[in-house]
Amino acid sequence: MSTSTSTSASAKTQADAPARSFLRWRIVDIVVASVIGVAAGLIFLAWNVGYLGPKALLEPLLPGIQGLLDGPWLFAGVLGGLIIRKAGAAIYVELLAAVVSALIGNQWGGFLTLEAGLVQGLGAELIFLLFFYRRWSLPVAILAGAGAALAGGINNLILWYAGSGPAFTTIYLISTVISGAVIAGALSWVLARGIAATGALDRFGSGREARVRV
Amino acid sequence: MTLLDTQARTGALAGVNPVAKLGVSALIAVPLILTLDPVSASVALGLEFVLFLFAGIGWREFWVRTWPVWLAAPLTGLTIALYGQTSGEVYVDWFVLRISEGSLALALATMLRVLAIALPSVVLFITVDPTDLADGLGQILRLPARFVLGALAGLRMVGLFLDDWRALELARRARGVADRGRIRRFLGMAFALLVLSIRRGAKLATAMEARGFGAPGRRTWARESRFGAAEWMLLAVGAAISGIAIAAAVATGAWNFILGPAG
Amino acid sequence: MAADQVTPAAVEARGWGWRHASRIAWALSDVSFRIDPGERVLVLGASGAGKSTLLHGLAGVLGGEEEGESAGDLLVDGAPAVATRGRAGLVLQDPDSQVILARAGDDVAFGCENLGVPRAEIWPRVESALDAVGLDVRLDHPTKALSGGQKQRLALAGMLAMRPGLVLLDEPTANLDPAGVVEVRDAVERMLQAQPATLIVVEHRLEVWLPLITRVIVIGAGGVVADGAPAEVLGAQGAQLAADGVWVPGHAPAAPPPPRGLPGESLLSARDLSVARVKGRPVATGIDLDVHAGQALAITGPNGAGKSTLGLTLAGLLPPAAGGLTAATLLAGDAGPSPIRWTSRDLLTRIGMVFQEPEHQLLAKTVRDELAVGPRALGMTEDEIAVCSEELLARLRLSHLAAANPYTLSGGEKRRLTVAAAIATRPRVLVLDEPTFGQDARTWAELVAMLAVLRDEGSAIVTITHDLDVARALHADRFELGGAP
Repeated sequence: MSTSTSTSASAKTQADAPARSFLRWRIVDIVVASVIGVAAGLIFLAWNVGYLGPKALLEPLLPGIQGLLDGPWLFAGVLGGLIIRKAGAAIYVELLAAVVSALIGNQWGGFLTLEAGLVQGLGAELIFLLFFYRRWSLPVAILAGAGAALAGGINNLILWYAGSGPAFTTIYLISTVISGAVIAGALSWVLARGIAATGALDRFGSGREARVRV
Repeated sequence: MTLLDTQARTGALAGVNPVAKLGVSALIAVPLILTLDPVSASVALGLEFVLFLFAGIGWREFWVRTWPVWLAAPLTGLTIALYGQTSGEVYVDWFVLRISEGSLALALATMLRVLAIALPSVVLFITVDPTDLADGLGQILRLPARFVLGALAGLRMVGLFLDDWRALELARRARGVADRGRIRRFLGMAFALLVLSIRRGAKLATAMEARGFGAPGRRTWARESRFGAAEWMLLAVGAAISGIAIAAAVATGAWNFILGPAG
Repeated sequence: MAADQVTPAAVEARGWGWRHASRIAWALSDVSFRIDPGERVLVLGASGAGKSTLLHGLAGVLGGEEEGESAGDLLVDGAPAVATRGRAGLVLQDPDSQVILARAGDDVAFGCENLGVPRAEIWPRVESALDAVGLDVRLDHPTKALSGGQKQRLALAGMLAMRPGLVLLDEPTANLDPAGVVEVRDAVERMLQAQPATLIVVEHRLEVWLPLITRVIVIGAGGVVADGAPAEVLGAQGAQLAADGVWVPGHAPAAPPPPRGLPGESLLSARDLSVARVKGRPVATGIDLDVHAGQALAITGPNGAGKSTLGLTLAGLLPPAAGGLTAATLLAGDAGPSPIRWTSRDLLTRIGMVFQEPEHQLLAKTVRDELAVGPRALGMTEDEIAVCSEELLARLRLSHLAAANPYTLSGGEKRRLTVAAAIATRPRVLVLDEPTFGQDARTWAELVAMLAVLRDEGSAIVTITHDLDVARALHADRFELGGAP
């Protein structure tokens, strides 16, 4: 039986039942989501250059197999969703990461990078929405990664690989979904848990869940 | 984007509202995306180079900033050349690889398109100051201030990342683990950087809240973001570039709608 | 000059307590006091007593129901503290985490924007706020080019522009060098003269603030332990506070005994050494010094003089820009005379380095593993490693934290951990960059005692420090690095 009386006089915090807390973004949610987005954007930039080597190696093997290299561009949304756990987190973080990578200059042109970020974030967001923003387990993360990959893959096919054949299209989609599920999905989940263990996420549900109360 | 330095930019484009630059980037990209042909892309590219002369950046900086574009464009074209839709005379047919007249044409078009879309975006955004962009997004596009400014605050962390990264590297050398396992060390450092940044971000969020950020009530803007004649003119130039490019493609019959029948 | 004078706020706490959601124990409980408008209060207590939590609660930034649980009332001007954002201004400890925008003027204007102040009024407020704190920079001066003391003054200006009735300062000078500390204290004094407000400060270095304050409140387990005029409270509670880690004037922490023997041979010598972080831009030149076994050397000097860079170069982490840094054969063994050419493993047993920011050096998932990183890299067996770790854990009073994640330790504990990790491989030379920075008196005493023991065991200690007390306590030779080269 709690003996505490709350001093939060503001009606809005009392009116929000805990179940609806996934809608309201606190300032710390926005800033930390932005930090994750910026860090992810830098990783995107590194991968923008880094992927060229493996791509040149993989392409001649099988058309479309370069989809396996898409994972690193998809993890921002999944990681953002898992850590922040609010509606729109996946879209916001993936979009911001795309903004950072576009602004520092990349080869796909600012506007389309943003559009790709939006689409990929949406792919992950829809999965989190399907689970009502309540389930944040490993299988959900994997599905979110796959969702982001599928959305991004279709987007890429329309915009960049518009002139490609059916073999390419199928292999590309399959390989990008695998990459998304493993790299963007499972690895993001592991990463989120690792960050939570350091106590950096104590102001978030994801942090408090992972740490033992001290 | 002047994320890493706050050098004042000169040139006609420097003072234009960043939202207008964003708009121009979209105006050029969207119509060009709709078609995959060499005429529209090359016309656009030519007109863009004229625009670049007014951007106020030196040749050296232009190449330094845009080299990934120049590298990626031919590579993307190569993908299409090898695996694109086959039509016309087939030159090489080996396993899944198929180079044909059609695929080569599509490759050229793709390469030109990448250049035509990417180059102006890079050039335009070099001259953008992040705070001005945030002001523009909040005042002109009326995006929610909490998100725009929260993102801006997060964006500023980039500068700190670099210092932290150097310190992390040196620390690993001092702890005896810098001799082997580069990838593992890189991942460890990236993780540490992420943790440090998230902590700093949480502290920054508290500092922002302490300054009243996110409190109920209307927010004012200290710096006015104006959208006037210069901005509309830039947008008009952007529309003109893509308009002329599309017109040229249609006039020469080269228009090739990407969602339409292959051809 | 101001159209509307701001009235200082009255503060009242009635049995207030707060529990963070991630903890079981209450951070604070049953705190009661009443502060009249215009009073200047210093809040003291042991580390972890909840002083920061109190200030955050008064500023209304503790977070809502999902972040913790509160008890009792905390009122500012009669209204609950959470609902009065903008009435209280809060300045925090870390200068880097309070800079919000890239240009100085914009940063100061930020608070005004959030409170809905009309644009025409914002910039005059910004100008007068910068004046009031004595920060004389252009409005478009980049904030990242400011020193720590300047950044804190910028934060003060940003708060001042909001015209708060309650000024809350949470260890504002903890991360600053002595010059910065004085700057900030003077700025606060000037600020209060320009705009009277109620002041509540949390600090553990007292002498700087005592002239400014009218009242002291001591917080401990179970609420307010003492409350009254400074002389009274310090007289009654002085000894206890000093034991808890507060720097009470007249109760300086015990200094370790002087060195037992004479300094040994030279282990590292620098001749006409120039050091630089960025190639081609030396920050200090013409350095001649020797590091002797069994002796402490303190490198002092103003901010920006290149002390950290010199420390990193001595530790073999940065290459010398010019001149020579030679390691004696006694130190180098068969690794060669130039520390920068040694492998990472060679460095472990020869020169250890403790960084200014402990979080840069945390590598493992548990404290025990953290101590094992160095020995493992050396190839010691698991049994040897276990023995070595246990011994270090006991020596540094970290045994109860052996399984905790290093990042979750408190500031003082992290500092002890990084020092322990550096000495785990018994290097003959230990370089420490500002080891006592921002530490309370207890941790200070422990670290200094440990360094004295290491010195007496024959190691060479090199500390880079602003704190001359450290140099005195260790009977260290001083090497003063001048300002501009």
